[in-house]
Amino acid sequence: MQAESRLWGVSIVDLAQEFDTGLLSRVLDRGRSTGAAFSEVFIEDRRNVSASLDDGKVESVSSGRDFGAGIRVINGDTTGYAHTADLSERGLMAAADAAAAAASRGDGGKHVVALGPVTRQKVNNVRVVPSDVPKARKIELLMIANDAARGTDSSIVQVSAGYSDSTRRILVANSDGILATDEQVRTLFRLSAVANGDTGLQTGYDSLGHTIGFELFDEESVAELAARAARQAVTKLKARPAPSGATPVVIKRGSGGVLFHEACGHGLEADLVARGASVYANRVGELVASPLITLVDDGTMSREWGAIGIDDEGHVSQRNTLIENGVLTDYMWDYIRSRNENRPQSGNGRRQSYEHLPMVRMTNTFVLNGTEEPDDIIRATEKGVYVAKLGGGSVNTATGDFVFGMTEAYLIENGEITEPLREGNLIGNGPQVLADIDLLGNDFAMGNPGTCGKDGQGVPVGDGQPTLRVKSLTIGGTAA
Amino acid sequence: MATGSTPKRHTVDDLQAIADRIVAEAKGDEQIEVSVGRSTDTDIRVYRGQVENFVAAQSAGVSVRVITNGRTGTSHAGTLDESALREVLAEARENATFAGEDEWAGLAEPDGVPVTPQDLWNEQLASCPTERKIDIAMELERLAVGADSRLRIDSSNYSDGAHEEAFASTKGIRGSYRSNSCYASVEVLADDNGETQTGWSYALGKHPGEFDLPAAGRKAAERATRLLGAVKPPSKRTTVVLDPMVTAQFLSIIGSTLNGESVVKGRSMFANRLGETVASPLITLIDDPTDSRAYTATELDSDGLAARRNVLMDRGQLKMFVHSSYSARRAGTKSTGNAVGSGVGCLALQLVPGTKSQQELIAGIDDGVLIDSVQGLHSGVNPISGDFSTGASGLIIRNGATAEPVREFTIASTLQRMLQDVLAVGNDIDWLPMRAAGLSLVISDVTMSGA
Repeated sequence: MQAESRLWGVSIVDLAQEFDTGLLSRVLDRGRSTGAAFSEVFIEDRRNVSASLDDGKVESVSSGRDFGAGIRVINGDTTGYAHTADLSERGLMAAADAAAAAASRGDGGKHVVALGPVTRQKVNNVRVVPSDVPKARKIELLMIANDAARGTDSSIVQVSAGYSDSTRRILVANSDGILATDEQVRTLFRLSAVANGDTGLQTGYDSLGHTIGFELFDEESVAELAARAARQAVTKLKARPAPSGATPVVIKRGSGGVLFHEACGHGLEADLVARGASVYANRVGELVASPLITLVDDGTMSREWGAIGIDDEGHVSQRNTLIENGVLTDYMWDYIRSRNENRPQSGNGRRQSYEHLPMVRMTNTFVLNGTEEPDDIIRATEKGVYVAKLGGGSVNTATGDFVFGMTEAYLIENGEITEPLREGNLIGNGPQVLADIDLLGNDFAMGNPGTCGKDGQGVPVGDGQPTLRVKSLTIGGTAA
Repeated sequence: MATGSTPKRHTVDDLQAIADRIVAEAKGDEQIEVSVGRSTDTDIRVYRGQVENFVAAQSAGVSVRVITNGRTGTSHAGTLDESALREVLAEARENATFAGEDEWAGLAEPDGVPVTPQDLWNEQLASCPTERKIDIAMELERLAVGADSRLRIDSSNYSDGAHEEAFASTKGIRGSYRSNSCYASVEVLADDNGETQTGWSYALGKHPGEFDLPAAGRKAAERATRLLGAVKPPSKRTTVVLDPMVTAQFLSIIGSTLNGESVVKGRSMFANRLGETVASPLITLIDDPTDSRAYTATELDSDGLAARRNVLMDRGQLKMFVHSSYSARRAGTKSTGNAVGSGVGCLALQLVPGTKSQQELIAGIDDGVLIDSVQGLHSGVNPISGDFSTGASGLIIRNGATAEPVREFTIASTLQRMLQDVLAVGNDIDWLPMRAAGLSLVISDVTMSGA
């Protein structure tokens, strides 16, 4: 066995120790050589290991390493961007020239950038660095989960599971003098089960992911996760078609954060607001939601999937209140939008990798607790739908129309949860749904790890909420 | 290229040399497969007559798959640095030691199927100057919002990419190719009476000279303005006409249910149904990456075997599943040239067109809905159970003509029923930038959920 591979084997070292400030300053100067006011170097080193199990076998074990830099140059309203995997001075300078040319319509000039002291912001103290854990232990988790899922019920006919970890070191230096680094370690486990019954095939899915190392599995059991996913599939074998049309919907704690992510989160991103492509544009200070709702985006929740030490523009992450007691208090900001509005950044400038431009993105977005007991919310609902697990969603921010999928749901009849329902989408309009939240529980929980897509870029995000009720949502089932 | 029977074409010698060198490291009966790629991309975004973003990207990488004693390990590095090349092989070998033993694991064997040459490289695109690319995005912006004072721009974009790739394996499959492609796209907003709607469109071509920018601008403007004033429709069962883009998305999902790997692993609703009638007799579904009109036309699958034409459903009858060499070995059959990444998938789906235009199809419907766009297919469709539910917007069809716009509703059925419930297939085949071509499709008995 060849465990010694330098490319993957290195332990976590701060990137600022590998790139000296003299070099970074020269690259930043070069980026402004055609007259631009702003230049930025973003260096990213990402290592990941993944293993997948399907049909009872560990089918493949994979690893990847990406290490490169993106150079951003902003000249007036034009942004030039170039990236390279050649991290020599020659490679970085060539990228800086390309970005400067892309951004340029102006004359050359001479600039000297003085970089400040390094801001080292670690998102979390990782106890067990994934690369220090033998791969055999990662594989073992897959086998344990497979056995647990198959052992749950004889109707489980297929199981697939995946393990992955990633270690992302980033460095950001810019011509404003910022120099900052971060190390983001994420560990993820997922499982999907297929059950076969008289009504055909049904699926169950669950996942577990935190911005921590392998200690995740000291805290959480993959066997329990597997059993949950398997039971979900088995339960759905008896499910009846979901109703169609408008109905009250109760959403279980920790499963409906995606509703807020779609119903208003994206619409509060300052880049979309600036284009007038958001229904929430020009509405700060107005009541945009039920007074029960206080919505927060918080990159500092250190364990959560969307946690970051700094954002991908070098700004230290922070907690931002977006909606307070129903009143819109602020949007989320990146460098360009906050510069244009002459206001502070909010730590929401993120990118998928060094191959991408940063833009305004959420981190961990959630609704704070209300006062109701969750059981009372169900009891207060004569007829409706109880959603125990939501799938993904999407939104048109300009109209506010959004959808999200329910992957585990039940009928509520006479204040009680009764029969399971088949899958379907829920549809609503952001501002309307926010106003229609009429009961809010006191049982806040964060939800499953998510990947948010925007303009073709995916970034890890978290969401959460207490159990709540929406007075009326349209359910897209097939039953009358 | 794949099999030695290919005519002499452009080769990427430095990348091929890297791939060959790594493969030559194989020891004993170890199987190694290497792909080495290099890409250049340009993305330009224009906003209100100015370049907002200009991204010039260069990337390269190597992927290695090693199979030893039935155990598979893979590894990827996003660089072609000499030091990385050695380590990427060592890493894949190490990974293989941890994988489970799989009696079917193995690289593809050459199967003698000849490659259908495709026109994957365009010199006019390769030599297109940067200023021209910026002008295209500017012109598309003007065309899209200029026609109607209710319109404003969200973004106008030009994108192109060039890719070189070399492939080699210990089974003797080797070769290299290069390809390039381009498109322009636009998103607009339409405002009226405090309401906003959105529209989008794109222009395609082998090179920018083939773009029909006026048509793209018109389409985006029409999509946005015709939804102004849209209301939520009442809930009921109805007949829908899927616009070509929606049909293409629907076909992509149907294609995923015909994945041979899903079938052998008990994850397909169509397992054990070969030869049965699973769709309306109007449905003949073909996966044909050798049809050069398809946006995703290609010469090779990711196993390095020749891409080929496969008839999946013939007049409603299920004829075959698609396979990679791996899934085929498991299923006791032959690869259909459908390896995608490390899995299986359709490459370029199309339905055999019918005879009527969309307008003629609508003329035959008293009561229905034209589905202009759908939202949330990824969250509302389960290709294993067949449950289908999606957000939608479009136009009511009344007495054979389109009427008022509707939005914020869902359409739902099951994939199984929708295939059976196809009433008509349009003649308006549209070679969209995705793995399926579109055309208008009429489906009855769909549940519309609205107010």
